[in-house]
Amino acid sequence: MEITNQDFSNLLQYIFMGIQRGSIYALAAMGFNIIYNSTGVINFAQGEFVVYGGLMMVSLTMTMNLPVPVAFFFTVLFVMLIGILMERLTINTVKSPTVLRLVIITIGVSIFLEGIAMVSWGKNSHVLRHFSSSETFEVFGAMILPQTLWIIGILVFIALGFILFFNYTMTGKCMRACSINRDAARLVGINDRKMVMISFALSAGIGAIAGIIITPIIQMDYGRGTMLAIKGFGAAVVGGLGNSVGAIFAGILIGIIEAFGAGYISSHYMDAIALFFMLIVLFVKPSGIFGSSEASKLKEF
Amino acid sequence: MVIRDYIFLGIFLLVMACVPLLLKNDYYISIFVFASFNCLACIGLSLLLGYAGQISLGHAAFIGIGAYTSGYLTTQFAWSPWITMFIGVVISIIIAIAVGVPSLKLRGHYLAMATLGFGAILYIVAVAAVDITGGPAGLNNIPPLNLFGLILDSDKKFFFFSWSVVVIGLLFALNLINSRVGRGLRALHGSEDAANSIGINTSSYKIQIFIFSAVFSSIAGSLYAHYVTYIDPGPFGIMHSVLLMTMVAVGGMHKIWGAVIGSLLLSLLPEFLSFSTGYFKTFGIEYKPDYDTLVYGIILLSIMLFLPEGLYGGFSSAFRAVKNIVKRNGKKAKSSS
Amino acid sequence: MVETILEYQELQKNFGGVVAVNKLNMTVDIGSITSIIGPNGAGKTTIFNLTTGFLSPTAGNIKFFGNSINQLKPHNIASLGIARTFQNVQVFDNMSVLENIMVGRHLRSKSGILSSTIIPPFLRKEEKHIKREAEKWLEFIGMADDSQISAGSLPLGKQRMLEIARALAMEPKLILFDEPASGLNARETLAIGELIGKIKESGVTVVLVEHDMELIMDISDIVAVINFGTRIAMGTPAEIQINEDVITAYLGD
Repeated sequence: MEITNQDFSNLLQYIFMGIQRGSIYALAAMGFNIIYNSTGVINFAQGEFVVYGGLMMVSLTMTMNLPVPVAFFFTVLFVMLIGILMERLTINTVKSPTVLRLVIITIGVSIFLEGIAMVSWGKNSHVLRHFSSSETFEVFGAMILPQTLWIIGILVFIALGFILFFNYTMTGKCMRACSINRDAARLVGINDRKMVMISFALSAGIGAIAGIIITPIIQMDYGRGTMLAIKGFGAAVVGGLGNSVGAIFAGILIGIIEAFGAGYISSHYMDAIALFFMLIVLFVKPSGIFGSSEASKLKEF
Repeated sequence: MVIRDYIFLGIFLLVMACVPLLLKNDYYISIFVFASFNCLACIGLSLLLGYAGQISLGHAAFIGIGAYTSGYLTTQFAWSPWITMFIGVVISIIIAIAVGVPSLKLRGHYLAMATLGFGAILYIVAVAAVDITGGPAGLNNIPPLNLFGLILDSDKKFFFFSWSVVVIGLLFALNLINSRVGRGLRALHGSEDAANSIGINTSSYKIQIFIFSAVFSSIAGSLYAHYVTYIDPGPFGIMHSVLLMTMVAVGGMHKIWGAVIGSLLLSLLPEFLSFSTGYFKTFGIEYKPDYDTLVYGIILLSIMLFLPEGLYGGFSSAFRAVKNIVKRNGKKAKSSS
Repeated sequence: MVETILEYQELQKNFGGVVAVNKLNMTVDIGSITSIIGPNGAGKTTIFNLTTGFLSPTAGNIKFFGNSINQLKPHNIASLGIARTFQNVQVFDNMSVLENIMVGRHLRSKSGILSSTIIPPFLRKEEKHIKREAEKWLEFIGMADDSQISAGSLPLGKQRMLEIARALAMEPKLILFDEPASGLNARETLAIGELIGKIKESGVTVVLVEHDMELIMDISDIVAVINFGTRIAMGTPAEIQINEDVITAYLGD
């Protein structure tokens, strides 16, 4: 079979589409990992952080006409505050926490936040202006949006920040210590409860950024949280739960699989194909294709 | 233990028998019929959540499997609904094994995400596979159930039938809990290590109970299809799975009766809320049915934070407190006299 | 010659860089009470967890009646006839005392999920048999009066007794006790000692990890001393009490 130029352009187009969506899953997965590492809990409200990031940014820029950098800052701050409130008002108040109860609480928070979002922003999708031009440019026949470059750039920026934070700052090291052995960390004087709070703040912040950068492309509505959470979790599992470098590659991989599925199979089944891939990995290699084999058994539940 | 369950069952039967007598309007009876489907699914789910300690966020999908299997086979091939219901159960069992075996081998809440993902996939398939499911338009003209010549085509007839099925399901679940297998499950919930040490194969029990609960949901789905005689993907989405889990948690996940209470209350809640719209207006609140989700979220959160044993647990500890006060006062009265 | 019920061959368990059990060789005679003693962190509980399948060995062999049980899961090992108790006592506090022992009959009964669902408990013959057996074991530990009490509300001493009765209800061939006297007062410890003696008389082999030296020396046939995961001495209580390596291990150089 001969590969024509058109085929190649399409392929390239799908890859870019995949990277663009996958970056969001990667960010959501990193959010899952941060909270999972500090609490052992899968936070089902992770998708809502993304939704709130997108919707808040819409309100600040489109309604209140704030400049993008200012709105960006306040949106992230706002969603981080939601994360902190969530931890302080729910997770932190539970006297005898079992993982089962905590997970159900995060499910409760996610329904609650989804409900609030619907009351506040309504049921329709919201449009957000692209950060720069919304004119596509051509690379080998594929049409690329400048926003895609923003997304990739910000993902790289966050990934680097992530590595620096967890390896070179005291707080980051303390959080890692807590995730490895909470009792031992407490013994050496680390305030583990505070670390849990910080993990929720960070996770919410990263989720918000994901929401802000993707909304110009996909538009945002109140009900997207669950699907974003599932795919983010999928990326986290494929990358090896708790392993954030793995999560970035896995997120992009899932994005690309999804884009190929939409392009070559059927756009109706786009979401199903990505989820199917996630399930296959979950069943065949639950430690993830980038993770170590012990990872899935390490956490106490 | 067992005796109390039978007393509760008697009270429950009495209350449910009174419902159609008190409610003259068929619409309200139909609300109770819908509640029976949730109740059946929740009884199964509570075994999984409360005893095996595992979350499923895909049980609406099993309801969907039951409903679509019945709907498709009866409309396309005119098979007997009883046979299609059975086939739905078989398909549910196969899928529960496929999803459950790998994810229950892992520790943690992989099952919750796996079932969520699987539920989402099935929903997408239900919408997109137009040839089989009819897509968003769904399947029409599903025949009603025929019970030895009695056609269940009215709300009242179906009410008695579907609640009888719930009672049978309830009896089965109660039998199970008070048996060798049930003790094994409760042991697994009490301490997985200790359960293992006395020879209980805990992972096999988790899988069995997941399958068991899927069967309950599948039957509920088949009943649903033959009751409404028309199905579309709408009621089988993720939100309904989350709602089922909410019902179990709100009622009290460590008791089967909790699931009954939770599913009844939360199934009737939307009616109650829309009924109270006028009342809300007097406080200047414009209540819309869209807000139901938010209300569910608030209820689930408050229960998990303040009443982790659910309404059933709350009732029984309140009952115990009252009993203690009465006892103490009785003693005081005796000693003072 | 006495038959060997349990044998460790070059048993090794590493946790990362930490060696918890180091080339352990040891045998347990059938019908005996064999005690394992050693300083804290010597690897005693790890040995129990390896024996009962909660951990799998890094290297070496565990043989029960001559058959290797290294790769088996805990519930399979239990079904071979090895019972255990836990250092931090683990009764099922969501069940009554009687039900706790009834769960112990799990391996000695059969009904599966289907028959359990359809036939109500009061119509099941097996259920009655389980109950009778459980009551017998309750009698054995002298707690017949407590049968309907919630297990969680028992004092620690009785919880330990109950845990032992639950293990006995399995009718095991070998039973491992992990510090059965820890946290108990002198009277309760005495009662546990008597009970262990009675268990031996009934023909069950006992392996004991314990810190209470008086109890150990009183009831053991053989005492093995472990330090840094390795056996440093083994013999009758009288031999161990005068062994110099043991004294060094406990008191330091």
